[in-house]
Amino acid sequence: MSLDVRAPVQSAPESAPARRSAVGFLLGRTSHASYVVNGVRVALVVVWLGSWELAARTVVDPFYYSMPSKIWDKLVIWFTDGTSQGSIWSNIAITLEEAVLGFLIGTLAGVVLGVVLGRSRFTAEVLAPFIKGANAIPRIVLASLFVIWFGLGMSSKVATAFVLVFFAVFFNAFQGAREVDKVLVDNARILGASRWDLMRTIILPSATSWILASMHVAFGFALIGAIVGEFTGADKGLGILINHSQGNFDAAGIYAGMLITTVLALVAEWLITLLEKRLTSWRPPAVSQAAAI
Amino acid sequence: MTQITSSSPPGTATAAICLRGATKRFTTLDGAGFTAIRDVDLDVAAGEFVSVVGPTGCGKSTTLSLVSGLEPPSAGTVTVHGAHVTSIPDGVGYMFQADAVLPWKNVLDNVALGLRYRGVSKAEAHARARDWLGRVGLTGFEDRYPHQLSGGMRKRVAMAQTLITEPDLLLLDEPFGALDVQTRELMQNELLELWSGTGAAVVFVTHDLTEAISLADRVVVMTAGPATVKDVVTIDLPRPRDVEEIRLTPEFVELYKRVWDSLREEVEITRARGASHVA
Repeated sequence: MSLDVRAPVQSAPESAPARRSAVGFLLGRTSHASYVVNGVRVALVVVWLGSWELAARTVVDPFYYSMPSKIWDKLVIWFTDGTSQGSIWSNIAITLEEAVLGFLIGTLAGVVLGVVLGRSRFTAEVLAPFIKGANAIPRIVLASLFVIWFGLGMSSKVATAFVLVFFAVFFNAFQGAREVDKVLVDNARILGASRWDLMRTIILPSATSWILASMHVAFGFALIGAIVGEFTGADKGLGILINHSQGNFDAAGIYAGMLITTVLALVAEWLITLLEKRLTSWRPPAVSQAAAI
Repeated sequence: MTQITSSSPPGTATAAICLRGATKRFTTLDGAGFTAIRDVDLDVAAGEFVSVVGPTGCGKSTTLSLVSGLEPPSAGTVTVHGAHVTSIPDGVGYMFQADAVLPWKNVLDNVALGLRYRGVSKAEAHARARDWLGRVGLTGFEDRYPHQLSGGMRKRVAMAQTLITEPDLLLLDEPFGALDVQTRELMQNELLELWSGTGAAVVFVTHDLTEAISLADRVVVMTAGPATVKDVVTIDLPRPRDVEEIRLTPEFVELYKRVWDSLREEVEITRARGASHVA
């Protein structure tokens, strides 16, 4: 039962430096002076957007491919005049609420079930084929089912986000609970720990890095769940804005929706990183550029 | 697991720890059996310090896990204070070979852990933990996390963590094996100091003969695996001892020869097996 497991970034202290610096590299922390790095980044964005704009004004048809200025106009309209579904903020709030609810419930369920099964070999063995089966279902399709079950309101989107988040977190929590150092468990038992003490002071903290590693991906899944849910049927939300833009052949609207979603995901990622730092403050500080996202 | 309790076999009432014919078999992954220890008879009285030596991998640690109740014996009996061991007995302290301090708790919380598990209030547990940190020479390190300490300091934390519960059975599984020689000798002296007068029965597993003899009242020599008791040597060196001084005395050298004569054969058997594995 180890499919779909995302290893925590620093589970093994020895291999951490190499891996972290690779991660740091990908995430944009290098040893070069930051103004040089940022300068090059800005230049890249300017070149990219500029060539897109130029191409759309000369060779390609902006009707299909849109262009940065149109997307910008669309965003300005959305944020000033509002959208076809009311103010943009209320749409963002709806999508965010669905994603956050799905994320919280999914994470909670994933952690509880993962840790319990991780510590109970028998139950894990019995349930293994069912969980693998459930994981193999293309869960995004469940969005259609949830609309029938729960209607067009918020709960069908929360349910879609939930099933996506749950499995991501579950497999990591399961693995984390299995990998707990036996010596720590034995030591705690000798010191008089009850089952609940063991769970609270040994197993959960020990699995935390695994669980946190999965939460980074899980929030992205929650947003996908919410937006796909809205695609399937809703009256408010970023997903329905994108869907309507598609219906109106409004490529700029699709890009604008994408952009807002990306910003939401990045903010969430930043918050999760803060949480991770707080919960793992006991760890040795990672090497130099390791820091953050 | 048999559920007989408190019917102590005759003649063992005074022993803090008593093993009779204790045998432990493990099932390996390929389904074959593996006998770690067989027919081990051992008595340890309250206040007695017993060292267990034997060739590498002979099953010395298994003996400790039977006494601690972490593993049930496959055959034979294990009693602690006359009661059959079916779960972890009261008053057991166990120091593991590997680091067992919690990396996510600071030094103070690590030492207070046993008391917290036993329902002592946080304030009192912390006060007593501070006292123990003083005794193991770690005052001022309360807020550090284990990764910020040296190996020797982590062992001191582990020692305080174990001793704060005031165990009357102290099981030590090569606790100082990973330390450098100077730190190890320092820790041995500190252990003797902290133990003296507590009346705790100690079983100290090691493969270091010098360590075994300089600390113990008796040294138990185990055979090559599956291990059983081969020989018991009484160490009649006077206490209090200084482990760095005592090993230079002629009496010590005499005892060392005596124990080594007994152990050498077993070490050779183990080495021969190791060589045949390699071949």
